[in-house]
Amino acid sequence: MLHNLSIGELAERLADKQISSVELARHFLARIERLNPSLNAVITVTADEALSSAAAADLRLAAGERGRLLGIPLIHKDIFCTDGVRTSCGSRMLDNFVAPYDATVVTRLKAAGAVMLGKSNMDEFAMGSSNETSYYGPVRNPWDTAKVPGGSSGGSAAASAARLAPYSTGTDTGGSIRQPAALTGLTGVKPTYGRVSRYGMIAFASSLDQAGVLSRSAADAAEVLKVMAGFDPKDSTSVDTPVPDYPALLDAPLKGLKIGLLREFFDGLESRNAKLIQDALKLFTSLGAETVEVSLPHLPLSVPTYYVVAPAECSSNLSRFDGVRYGYRCTAPADLTDLYERSRGEGFGAEVKRRIMTGTYVLSAGYFDAYYLKAQKVRRLITDDFRAAFEKVDLVAGPTTPTPAFAIGAKIDDPVTMYLNDIYTIGANLAGLPGLSTPCGYVDGLPMGLQLVGPHFSEAKLLSAAHHYQRATDWHLQTPGGYQ
Amino acid sequence: MADWEVVIGLEIHAQLATKSKIFSGSPTAYGAAPNTQADLVDLAYPGVLPVLNAEALRMAVKFGLAIGAKIARRSIFARKNYFYPDLPKGYQISQYEHPVVGNGAITVLLDDGAVKTIGVTRAHLEEDAGKSLHEGLADSTGIDLNRAGTPLLEIVSEPDMRSAKEAVAYMKKIHTLVRYLEICDGNMQEGSFRCDANVSVRPRGAAKFGTRAEIKNLNSFRFVEKAIQYEIARQIELIEGGGKVVQETRLYDSDKNETRSMRSKEEANDYRYFPDPDLLPVEIDDAFIDTVRGSLPELPDEKAARFAREFGLSAYDAGVLSASREMGAYFEAVVAALGAAGRNAPQAKLAANWVMGELSSALNRDNVEIAAARVSPEALAGLLARIVDATISGKIAKDVFESMWSDGKSADALIEEKGLRQITDSSAIEGVIDSVIAANPKQLAEYRSGKDTLFRFFVGQVMKVTEGKANPAQINELLKMKLAGGPK
Repeated sequence: MLHNLSIGELAERLADKQISSVELARHFLARIERLNPSLNAVITVTADEALSSAAAADLRLAAGERGRLLGIPLIHKDIFCTDGVRTSCGSRMLDNFVAPYDATVVTRLKAAGAVMLGKSNMDEFAMGSSNETSYYGPVRNPWDTAKVPGGSSGGSAAASAARLAPYSTGTDTGGSIRQPAALTGLTGVKPTYGRVSRYGMIAFASSLDQAGVLSRSAADAAEVLKVMAGFDPKDSTSVDTPVPDYPALLDAPLKGLKIGLLREFFDGLESRNAKLIQDALKLFTSLGAETVEVSLPHLPLSVPTYYVVAPAECSSNLSRFDGVRYGYRCTAPADLTDLYERSRGEGFGAEVKRRIMTGTYVLSAGYFDAYYLKAQKVRRLITDDFRAAFEKVDLVAGPTTPTPAFAIGAKIDDPVTMYLNDIYTIGANLAGLPGLSTPCGYVDGLPMGLQLVGPHFSEAKLLSAAHHYQRATDWHLQTPGGYQ
Repeated sequence: MADWEVVIGLEIHAQLATKSKIFSGSPTAYGAAPNTQADLVDLAYPGVLPVLNAEALRMAVKFGLAIGAKIARRSIFARKNYFYPDLPKGYQISQYEHPVVGNGAITVLLDDGAVKTIGVTRAHLEEDAGKSLHEGLADSTGIDLNRAGTPLLEIVSEPDMRSAKEAVAYMKKIHTLVRYLEICDGNMQEGSFRCDANVSVRPRGAAKFGTRAEIKNLNSFRFVEKAIQYEIARQIELIEGGGKVVQETRLYDSDKNETRSMRSKEEANDYRYFPDPDLLPVEIDDAFIDTVRGSLPELPDEKAARFAREFGLSAYDAGVLSASREMGAYFEAVVAALGAAGRNAPQAKLAANWVMGELSSALNRDNVEIAAARVSPEALAGLLARIVDATISGKIAKDVFESMWSDGKSADALIEEKGLRQITDSSAIEGVIDSVIAANPKQLAEYRSGKDTLFRFFVGQVMKVTEGKANPAQINELLKMKLAGGPK
């Protein structure tokens, strides 16, 4: 079936004219129409735009142009601004917001001929680990629709896992690509901070946010990342360093690769989860890699550090949503204060408000040093720990999440328990490092992820390691029941 | 009554003369229709990001070098968080703990001729906010974001000024400097150059400063002086009446000439400053600084010193003529056009007097910039040359200047046309004197009996008959002789 083909296979068929881009778009649009209602993964379907850009891609193909993403559909997380299309960020605040421009990520993929099918559901302003904070309601995990798909890129994860699109874009501030990828059996890549432009990606926590991809294999992710990545003069934090040819580097020899086992990640790890990770590392050893234990002593502080830094930045980033220029405005405001208070009070959901309040508190006079400054110092220590580890090993490995997908409603009323979901993923964001999650088995019949984290700009190495692992395993090829 | 000492510090906001805004590509031109010069970045649309305009940075460094300040190799933009409709992001991007320009100083010439050094604590880059519009809008407020994101250099002084006049002298000097450096157009009416004044008083000799009040947004030299004077009087009266000055922000009402409380310290916002994660720390190296240093023009103090040295001008005259680059250039062009002879002191002094006198009053009267003066430096030099060679008197020259200003003709053409050539023929002047004396026997008798002041009467009569064209020195000399009964 078309929807089970990889990006590479689809590109070949398009090139050989076995299928057209329009046929491909129709195929996936039909799947969305049929399967999305029970998942709630896609909140805006752009069928007309998809068919016209697919037709344009067919013309380019007919003219002899070839490109690995040319004519192939995708779904964008609704955090990326898309010109002329509602960009809600999962919030009532932006329910009426039609972006007047394309994010750089969108522009790059568009130029490569990618065909956008729609926009995916997400936790409101990317704040959440279960996709339950969305104004548009929770997303259901295709592996078990009573379970969450993870978050905040839960809609993108569910859509890719259910084969509603060959791949989808996501963003990762504390694990928002890797965690949902793990919980839905996908390959999720969060690149190095600065590798992909943040321009046009609605900011949650500017120093942590990074765009990436959720796909069904490392090979597919390599194709997409090659197009997404690169310096953007519109983003001062994007880094002007050449983008490697990730697909061409997938087969780089694994022999001699030194993988560090993060001791801190195994402390208290549930035994079935621990066994999956140990099995994965054994496989790597059999493929020629070496494994050594490494320690990142400050890593256990990453959750509290993150929950100071990220809310601080979000409290300021979300100030622009004031009901004045765009987005939600309360009806009949009595005065300016009323306009602000009710527009924001009614436009934002509970989790967003919780983080704005937390962030406002940690930045306020008298608390700034104790919280914000201290968190920045710990962030530096965590970064230094990683740097020291990467003097000994090429990559570090561990679980992506502590547990498999949990039931919808199980943790939503307990923020701290919810926050602990990102315990293994946050470190890479704080240190600005690239991370990848690849499927590595099941617990209770639900997919689990192996996480690899590398030094800055080591995406090629991460993708190659995951690719070698995926060639020796078939976890990533499994399709949730009902979506074959 | 106690003897009070006044302590003043100024925060000057100079709008940098960049073509585009500090963090976006929108133009900065003044006076465009509302919201036509605001792009998605200025409007703070979701997802947009700021990118620093390198020209704004270069201008800030230029200023720092001109005041001998330490230039930070690494400066950091922070966010100042508060809600206001003219602040689209809900925060202002400004340098807080790590400004680009550190400690420097300038000197000002006071009225008594003393030179005072005033410290500049720091100067930092920030973005301006938009404007709220109330005129012509019923029950609503308009927002114009054209100004939002315009680059500002905030120049913070030490509390070194001791009177309103000193504060004005300091502000004028900074005004001169930023225009010299061509980093700000200095237009105060359009708000390109404005200041906040921190004012406090303390008993003379006290070690600690008094509690200060900050007067916001003063946009003319006159308002700065009057607002500070009012505030000093208010604070002294308050303290002497048993009250206490409270730390607060005040607004100056120029119509009523008073300052009014805007908000107290307790009501002040907690701005929650933190480094802006969208902008990396600004790193600059020695090569960049050297390039900027190489672009510095001759600075006002240097020019004034050179004028005094080369042309023998007084410190005051040299200061006035170097107060703007354009005025200095005009003056030097006049001197140059007067030829080599112009380089000696009396003729340079003549040129100086004319530039500061007739030319400046004509410019002020018609409200034109010196660059658009209707008498060019060469034309003025042509007029002054006729004074130097005694073709016309200084008095006649003033009339000729007015005609040159209105007709655009040369001095020589006007002198010929109107027959203004000075009478220097002694016999002709003697003839006039003889007839004047003959016509006024009564005054002659009085003069000869000791009423010396009548000498001026005779000079006037001779001038009247000659229509001012007789050489005054010759009149004096010949008249004295004739009145004394000298040879006929």
